[in-house]
Amino acid sequence: MATEILMPALSPTMEEGTLAKWLVKEGDTVSSGDIMAEIETDKATMEFEAVDEGVIGKILIAEGTEGVKVNTAIAVLLEEGEDASAADSVAAPAPEAAPAADAGNEVSAPAAAEATAPAAPQTDSTPDWPEGTTLKQQTVREALRDGMSEEMRRDDSVFLMGEEVAEYQGAYKISQGMLDEFGAKRVIDTPITEHGFAGIATGAAFGGLRPIVEFMTFNFAMQAIDHIINSAAKTLYMSGGQMGAPMVFRGPNGAAARVGAQHSQDYAAWYMQVPGLRVVMPYSASDYKGLMKTAIRDPNPVIFLENEILYGRSFDVPEMDDYTVPFGKARIWREGDDVTIVSFGIGMQYALEAAEKLAEDGISAEVIDLRTLRPMDTASIIRSVMKTNRCVTVEEGWPQGSVGNYISSVIMQEAFDYLDAPVINCTGKDVPMPYAANLEKHALVTTDEVIAAVKQVTYK
Amino acid sequence: MATRKAAKKPNVSAEELKAYYKDMLLIRRFEEKAGQLYGMGLIGGFCHLYIGQEAVVVGLEAAAEEGDKRITSYRDHGHMLACGMDPNGVMAELTGREGGYSKGKGGSMHMFSKEKHFYGGHGIVAAQVPLGAGLAFADKYQENGRVTFTYFGDGAANQGQVYEAFNMAALWKLPCIFVIENNQYAMGTSQQRSTSSAEIYERGKSFGIPGEAVDGMDVLAVKAAGEKAVAHCRSGDGPYILEIKTYRYRGHSMSDPAKYRTREEVQKMRDERDPIEAVRTMLLTGKHATEDDLKAIDKEIKAVVNDSAEFAKTSPEPALEELWTDIYATEVPQEA
Repeated sequence: MATEILMPALSPTMEEGTLAKWLVKEGDTVSSGDIMAEIETDKATMEFEAVDEGVIGKILIAEGTEGVKVNTAIAVLLEEGEDASAADSVAAPAPEAAPAADAGNEVSAPAAAEATAPAAPQTDSTPDWPEGTTLKQQTVREALRDGMSEEMRRDDSVFLMGEEVAEYQGAYKISQGMLDEFGAKRVIDTPITEHGFAGIATGAAFGGLRPIVEFMTFNFAMQAIDHIINSAAKTLYMSGGQMGAPMVFRGPNGAAARVGAQHSQDYAAWYMQVPGLRVVMPYSASDYKGLMKTAIRDPNPVIFLENEILYGRSFDVPEMDDYTVPFGKARIWREGDDVTIVSFGIGMQYALEAAEKLAEDGISAEVIDLRTLRPMDTASIIRSVMKTNRCVTVEEGWPQGSVGNYISSVIMQEAFDYLDAPVINCTGKDVPMPYAANLEKHALVTTDEVIAAVKQVTYK
Repeated sequence: MATRKAAKKPNVSAEELKAYYKDMLLIRRFEEKAGQLYGMGLIGGFCHLYIGQEAVVVGLEAAAEEGDKRITSYRDHGHMLACGMDPNGVMAELTGREGGYSKGKGGSMHMFSKEKHFYGGHGIVAAQVPLGAGLAFADKYQENGRVTFTYFGDGAANQGQVYEAFNMAALWKLPCIFVIENNQYAMGTSQQRSTSSAEIYERGKSFGIPGEAVDGMDVLAVKAAGEKAVAHCRSGDGPYILEIKTYRYRGHSMSDPAKYRTREEVQKMRDERDPIEAVRTMLLTGKHATEDDLKAIDKEIKAVVNDSAEFAKTSPEPALEELWTDIYATEVPQEA
């Protein structure tokens, strides 16, 4: 049967082109791969090959014709032995339309706000541990190690890899003693090769293991961010749900002290933007432990952002056999009526100090620790803002595109009518981290700035 | 083009030889059809065809065992067909339809099959190399005796992460076969213009990884080299490199103007070194098959490919709800 040869789309964006030159004539026999014509697109002149064998029955578009639309019949191909008259009898079928591209417009984001004055959202306010639980003082460092070790005892497919995690006992001593307990098969020193070992760990997760990848700091994870985002976060979606990367990327994030611009960046806002990732940034030791256990069990890639300055701080940790903290549940550290202070990670230190001092001035601040940034417990923020009508966010990261910016937009969309003042974002300064002690102190967010912001939104 | 004399040819039966012919022909006809559907606007975006390189995957799959894994770049249709994935599902993914392997959400460059141990389909040049080493890491950890075929091109061979992966694979003796599909052009840049060494496999030497060059237009040579590499990896001796010298007839992608090489160069390769013609000749001169036998195979393949195109055209587009699925492994609210 005679078939039409259609004007091909030769690039993702081509809609029409010039049929520059025919390299075959009517009556020529062609086979698959033979070059039939040259076609000019907006980008280049390209060769057009035959995909079927047959005889050129008729050329429908003369060479030199400009503006030939994609899918226009340009020639008729006859099967071997078929009469040339068959070329005339080919009815021009309507070109098969490409799938409509505008279908996506019908979809609206599930989180889109509708009502103007919504009711306060439901939040989970159950305590993290039952009343009467015995508490012990533990450092963040110990809590992290306990969280990882408990999960490694529970599941043989969990292993820890990273620079200096084994024989050195951890660059920051997080994995102290773990090599002894779990052996070199499961506590693995890597070469200094972040891009490579992040890729190997992600491949191992595809292959059924549950890796914990320690970055000596998240600054070095910039070498590996392609695997974190393109390989780990996107594969579940790209595979239609067939396979993903159940794994944890962890390590200190943000400024330590006097380590300069390349070792002091806070990546919370970067990772928080990525669908497919979970992002955790705890403050207290109990959260480090409970959220690490949840992170290891979670079937998705988790970014676990720690803080070097917090490693040595002690907090109450419940003595329970299996203490976990769920993702997406904020913790309210202080209840208050005049203003909501939202923070996470080391930002909580400034938030709590500020609340303490503000209380002396008679200002009652509610302090919310987000603990996880993705999923984010925005319901708890909205609920609190509906009560206090004011909000200040606190973080060490840079101001443009900050976590606070996102929180502000959520509040504006979901609780605009409840606001009595603009939301203020207290952030690190918009500069690379300086080395000099006085400059560094000034570059970070300070408790005084949080106090000033609260006074501004409360008009005190 | 091959730098090394073909290894001792393995003894293959007429049936095996016919199977290789059929598998290679399926890839070629499938790719030609994909090119056609692209020209009709039914396949969008990027589409990288495998025509000319068929003997590489067919030869190596002949050396693989059930449970072995494979991972590759974005030029992945041939690998999927060779490991037994359904042509309908592959073609429907190319057209972005519900019946595709990724429900239409991955496209030409991002397809996977847990069932066939095919781990993608990766669009970032060389990212699959450490990922493949990681799959081998998992196999070694689980002590399951499996090996991973990690495919990448001569272009990817200049990415730093390849050598990070080589180092750790050698250090930890990972059962990983690094397959360099050297088709001589990294997009439009020839190996001579991009790569300091003429023999890329020799770069393994500095990591202590053995390797060799293989004639990639000879499916039996590929199979023989694959068997050697598999035996090395499976015995616990660590990784192995196969640099398979091959050639792609078509452009880098569909929008390749092909100005960086002559038409004569391509034609010469097609005329003199075509891997499918070579097996066809072997079958006929060895009297393992008649012209009619081969015609019947051609016809059968044509039907499979036409069916896949029909399926890919008629499978519906994914439901709009699919936009919001498969982002997290257990469904959680996107917003708390």
